[in-house]
Amino acid sequence: MNNKEKWIAFYTILRREIRRFMRIWPQTLLPPVITMILYFVIFGQLIGSRIGSMAGLPYIQFVAPGLIMMSVITNSYSNVVSSFFGLKFQRNIEELLVSPVPNWIILLGYIAGGMCRGLGVGILVTLMALYFTSFSIHSLTVTVAIVLMTSLMFSIAGLINAIFATSFDDISIIPTFVLTPLTYLGGVFYSINLLGDFWRDVSMFNPILYMVNAFRFGISGITDIDIIWSFSMVGLASIILFLYALYLLEKGSRLRS
Amino acid sequence: MDLPALSIKNLTKIYNDSFKALDGISLDVRQGDFFALLGPNGAGKSTTIGIICSLVRKTEGTISVFQHDVDQDFSSAKHLIGVVPQEFNFNQFEKPIDILITQAGYFGIKASIASVRAEKYLKQLGLWEKRNDFSRNLSGGMKRRLMIARALIHEPKLLILDEPTAGVDIELRRSMWNFLKEINGNGTTIILTTHYLEEAENLCRNIAIIDHGKIIENTSMKSLLKMLDRETFVLDLSNEIDACPEIEGYSISLKDQNQIEVEIPKSESLNELFSELSKKNISIISMRNKTNRLEELFLGMVEKNLGQESQK
Repeated sequence: MNNKEKWIAFYTILRREIRRFMRIWPQTLLPPVITMILYFVIFGQLIGSRIGSMAGLPYIQFVAPGLIMMSVITNSYSNVVSSFFGLKFQRNIEELLVSPVPNWIILLGYIAGGMCRGLGVGILVTLMALYFTSFSIHSLTVTVAIVLMTSLMFSIAGLINAIFATSFDDISIIPTFVLTPLTYLGGVFYSINLLGDFWRDVSMFNPILYMVNAFRFGISGITDIDIIWSFSMVGLASIILFLYALYLLEKGSRLRS
Repeated sequence: MDLPALSIKNLTKIYNDSFKALDGISLDVRQGDFFALLGPNGAGKSTTIGIICSLVRKTEGTISVFQHDVDQDFSSAKHLIGVVPQEFNFNQFEKPIDILITQAGYFGIKASIASVRAEKYLKQLGLWEKRNDFSRNLSGGMKRRLMIARALIHEPKLLILDEPTAGVDIELRRSMWNFLKEINGNGTTIILTTHYLEEAENLCRNIAIIDHGKIIENTSMKSLLKMLDRETFVLDLSNEIDACPEIEGYSISLKDQNQIEVEIPKSESLNELFSELSKKNISIISMRNKTNRLEELFLGMVEKNLGQESQK
């Protein structure tokens, strides 16, 4: 395939992915927005007004970046995991496997699809957040860079999950038992400085903590963690996951018999 | 001599559970051929097709398509192959037109060109009116034709069809035969697997029979049919008879009072049989072959191979 053909193949995968999540928007776009509205109403306004400030910010302004990041993470991940597993389940993946599309294009296409949904939902949730509170951007570069990298990383992770999954249970285990606890314990709702030394040290092993804090820094200038660490962690993890996903596709693991 | 459209050398496939699906098969298919790959269920046909199309990983051997090795030069090789799988594998929630344009996109074909081709093949296969319906709502025959259109969208030089007419009614099957004959006439090499042996006999010029992962016959259809030295005819009688007639040199059995079956060596004239029956006041109103000729040969070969395998 020449470069133009590769571009067409990439664009085809991306267009198909966008069409898929737009076609089923009541399942893909609406639920995260409703969930986040509930979070803002309950944690931001009802309970938040009694909590007061957190790390020097009104509580609703403290949780807003974390909630936006939470929606980006879960939607980037779930878009790729459900779409790619669906492709495998229906044997629809064979359309791609018999074609000359290189594996790295397949990988990029699905990552781009996951990022489009993750970022799209992130934008919708941000607009919702602006209805409940206001915030200015401390650093646009940091904000955009960390949200893009986080979405990228979780899109790749979703694809790896889909490759290994053999049933629909397998695509819900990681989001339910790994992603959700890590997100809730990743500094979305509290500053880790409130924790004792032991739990603060344990929290440092949670990758989502770094992403949420970098994003919060981009918006409000406040962070519990050095953002250089955040970018390094997310960047390194993305590279490792990308190479691993590519290796799995090249090997044909669980895709070719 | 033309280079082969498909060349398979020493192809072996051992699955993870140690099952040997293919045992070192070698096969050449000529350019422009209409080639039948036959075999009982589990013989290795779909595994062979799967390896050619990169859906199954081979254990050993080489495959080249129009001299392009499917491993070393996979992009060129894949551009040349179109495959119609045995089972429906398109997205049931997409529309036929979108399925074709998406598949073309995977081959790097621009949407403007893909749209023209999609219209052409959907019209040729009688699916144009259904182009905007969800594909899950199509009938079984329509779904099979949609997979043929999808396989042709990048205009491959080698089309591989894995039981394309399974579950399709006779009328539709005949129209699909005509379509396949037409694209073969236009130069596309076709490899067909089917359980309808009449289909293979009608369409294919060359044939390979695979069983237990080995090629047990690879020849032209004409040569294969010549190997059949006896035929069985079913004769419908105008009068009822109570006992089976006995005629020297023929093996006759009574099916019911109005029907007999006669096994005849191919070298024997039928005139003599009719004359002997007339002498016994038995008149014939119609006759037909008991089974498809190829079917008799196929069953004979597979049974013989089964006997050899069980002796090992």
